[in-house]
Amino acid sequence: MMADTTVPADGVDRRDFINIAAVSAAGVGGLAVVFPLISQMAPSADVLAESTTELDVSAIEPGQSIKAVFRKQPLFVKRLAPQEIAAANAVDASSLRDPQTLAERTKEGHGDILVTMGVCTHLGCVPLGAVEGENKGEFDGYFCPCHGSHYDTAGRIRKGPAPTNLEVPDYEFTSDTTITVG
Amino acid sequence: MSFPWAKEYKPANDFTKWVDEKLPLPRLVYNAVGAGYPVPRNLNYMWNFGVLAGFCLVLQIITGVVLAMHYAANAEVAFATTEHIMRNVNWGWMMRYMHANGASFFFLALYIHIFRGFFYSSYKAPREMIWLLGVVIFLLTMATAFMGYVLPWGQMSFWGAKVITGLFGAIPLVGEPLQIWLVGGFAPDNAALNRFFSLHFLLPFVIAGVVILHIWALHIPGSSNPTGVEVKQESDTVPFHPYYTAKDGFGLGVFLILYAAFVFFLPNLLGHADNYIEANPLATPAHIVPEWYFYPFYAILRAFTFDFVLSAKLWGVLAMFSSILLWFLLPWLDRSPVRSGHYRPLFRKFFWFGLIPCMAVLFVCGGAPAEEPYVMLSQIATAYYFIHFLVIIPIVSSIEKPEPLPYSITEAVLGSDKDAVLGENTTPAT
Amino acid sequence: MIRLFSIAAGLVFALVVLVSFGVGAYTAATETPVKDAAHEFYQKPKAPAGGFSFDGPVGNWDIAQLQRGLKVYSEVCAACHSLKFVAFRNLEQLGYSEAQVKAFAASKTVPGIDPNTGEATTRPGLPTDYFPSPYPNAVAAAAANNNAIPPDLSLMTKARNDGSNYVYSLMVGYGQPSAELKAEFPDFETPTGLYFNKYFPNLNIAMPPQLNAGQVTYDDGTEATVDQMAQDVAAFLTWTAEPTLVKRKQTGWAVLGFLLFATILAYFAKQQIWSAVKPRRAE
Repeated sequence: MMADTTVPADGVDRRDFINIAAVSAAGVGGLAVVFPLISQMAPSADVLAESTTELDVSAIEPGQSIKAVFRKQPLFVKRLAPQEIAAANAVDASSLRDPQTLAERTKEGHGDILVTMGVCTHLGCVPLGAVEGENKGEFDGYFCPCHGSHYDTAGRIRKGPAPTNLEVPDYEFTSDTTITVG
Repeated sequence: MSFPWAKEYKPANDFTKWVDEKLPLPRLVYNAVGAGYPVPRNLNYMWNFGVLAGFCLVLQIITGVVLAMHYAANAEVAFATTEHIMRNVNWGWMMRYMHANGASFFFLALYIHIFRGFFYSSYKAPREMIWLLGVVIFLLTMATAFMGYVLPWGQMSFWGAKVITGLFGAIPLVGEPLQIWLVGGFAPDNAALNRFFSLHFLLPFVIAGVVILHIWALHIPGSSNPTGVEVKQESDTVPFHPYYTAKDGFGLGVFLILYAAFVFFLPNLLGHADNYIEANPLATPAHIVPEWYFYPFYAILRAFTFDFVLSAKLWGVLAMFSSILLWFLLPWLDRSPVRSGHYRPLFRKFFWFGLIPCMAVLFVCGGAPAEEPYVMLSQIATAYYFIHFLVIIPIVSSIEKPEPLPYSITEAVLGSDKDAVLGENTTPAT
Repeated sequence: MIRLFSIAAGLVFALVVLVSFGVGAYTAATETPVKDAAHEFYQKPKAPAGGFSFDGPVGNWDIAQLQRGLKVYSEVCAACHSLKFVAFRNLEQLGYSEAQVKAFAASKTVPGIDPNTGEATTRPGLPTDYFPSPYPNAVAAAAANNNAIPPDLSLMTKARNDGSNYVYSLMVGYGQPSAELKAEFPDFETPTGLYFNKYFPNLNIAMPPQLNAGQVTYDDGTEATVDQMAQDVAAFLTWTAEPTLVKRKQTGWAVLGFLLFATILAYFAKQQIWSAVKPRRAE
């Protein structure tokens, strides 16, 4: 229904008012319907409630990583070898694209456990390096083959198009050997 | 087409002028449902239901596309994804109840629209093509609704699919292979569910296409009206917009109030409890019936219980399909020179005291269990149904003496009051 | 031509269906119908005294009742009946805190996979898990229950006509066939392994009577009579069948209110517009 714009010969304001009100009400009703139509595409209740992921990290050897799944995305858990920690700490964090120290990216008392999302911050590919024998890139951490982003041993972006370091999700140590992510 | 006094579309500014030159779509809309379409001024509220049926089609397509985003057509998970929509998807419960009840209200609008056509003989020349396309729309809508009801994969879905495809098994010789081909197996399963989903998604757009043809055909002679007298002069008509847009807007509001009452307060009243039990090919529900809008035709199907020359099953199937297909013949069965039931005394009596009670009985019996007295009642009603359309209409239309018609719509509107005049603007304001 | 054809076709259809009618009428007149005890003595579900709190257009959940119903389900029904469309996380709607839901979930055992060997095993439930089924599959359920598979209860109150009252009635409807039934059908007997219940469509149900007074101990101190437990579990199963029931009605009032307002406006707008062309008396 479109508003009638021509003024009738006997045009009175009341007539215009009631028509404008009726058309506006129809418009408001239409807009109200749009809300659920948009909202239905947002994550549903079961997706939002997606479970936390619990992991046993005791079996990971220094220098090794495991791949786990958190919210349908890969999660890298790496036990850093001493030389890797040294390499990460040797860099001046303030000189990096996304300045962060290794200590800021690990939990106190567990400085050798690096938990990051296995999702390149550039366009979302899964970087290589978590599986034995894969290309670890120029900085001996992770390397994303899609567009050539190199991450260092602390998962920090060092070279290539990615804007930020690999994301560290919310997690906590529920015991000395288990972490709960999410 | 259209009448000489129809208003011409005048672009309001340079932009609309530019659009009109490249693609006269606004002009098309203006002439179809805008001020450029003169409509008889005496249409009553029965004439609202075409627009309401069209609204229902749009509503079903919108909610259906939403549901399809969350539904999975696989016999393993179809029932569970339907429950996922009801429980987890944001506003999913509302979308599904809107879609399920939307189908019922679509048919409500269609039935009133069709029976309006019966009473006012809207099928008569020069509007045969509109009528034929309308019957096609009705058949396509029935097919779409049937396949949609299968998708939740509840008990009624499954057994409905089995029983209805079983109808084709009644056809001699090719029946059984045809039935197996239709469901892609020996009983409905994944193959049937997937093809029904695919067609259930496709057919509404085909319906929308036929609706456009239906409206196109309508605009050749213009709308009929309650007197059945053709438009003779400008004072017989008013422009569709704003007069009928306003009237349809009000009608839509009333329709939506009733619809919302069902969606939010009685969402399962028109459905069947058994459809909340997951499909089980090994157990049939005690009482299988289709959705209410198929009741009359289901009653006709079940009315044939005795093998008379052909098997009762085949008679039932033939009669059920014939009961709708015979509507295609109506324009040529009714030879009365007068359209409107208001001026056809005998025709009117058969309509109100024959056809309407007959349909009411068929509606009740179609939903009732197959036991007496429902079976016998449905048999009498079925006999009347065929007699009404195939025997009474041709004969009555030949022999009855119509009552005198008004000279014009204007005269009909003014009535016998010699002093009455049309509104201040004999040429209506727009 | 077409009319002659149609009249002939119409008469044929009418004739054939009237033959069916005649045969049916003859059968009805000559044969006495077989009487059926289930048909005559089955009773439609009755509502509990006072009805349910969620009845009617403005009804709301009685949260305490739903919590009691959960207890009845967990301690009585869950031994045989699954609740597969309900997740533990949904229990937050019953007024439980996140921690309580976590603890409740952890107290249930759900199927899992050993992360080291990949073998099927069990683990404590998480809030995202669904209520576990008491049987691993339908065959096991049938085998354990004399071939009568206990149905899933998630949708039970929607899967039966007048479902909330049905569940309540069924739970309190056990007993012996009435004297009238015995008088009319002296041969009527409940088959071995089945139980008489006048609210079950064929009067014989495979489920034994379940509720005994004092069977569960309610946390809120309500006395656990059979009637009370039947009401509570029926209310709980109404919630499991449609957790959005109350939200639905509340949304409905807002929608109806708006539509009423918009329709009244539309009516006056229509009157205004049509007033320009309404017939009137000449002056």
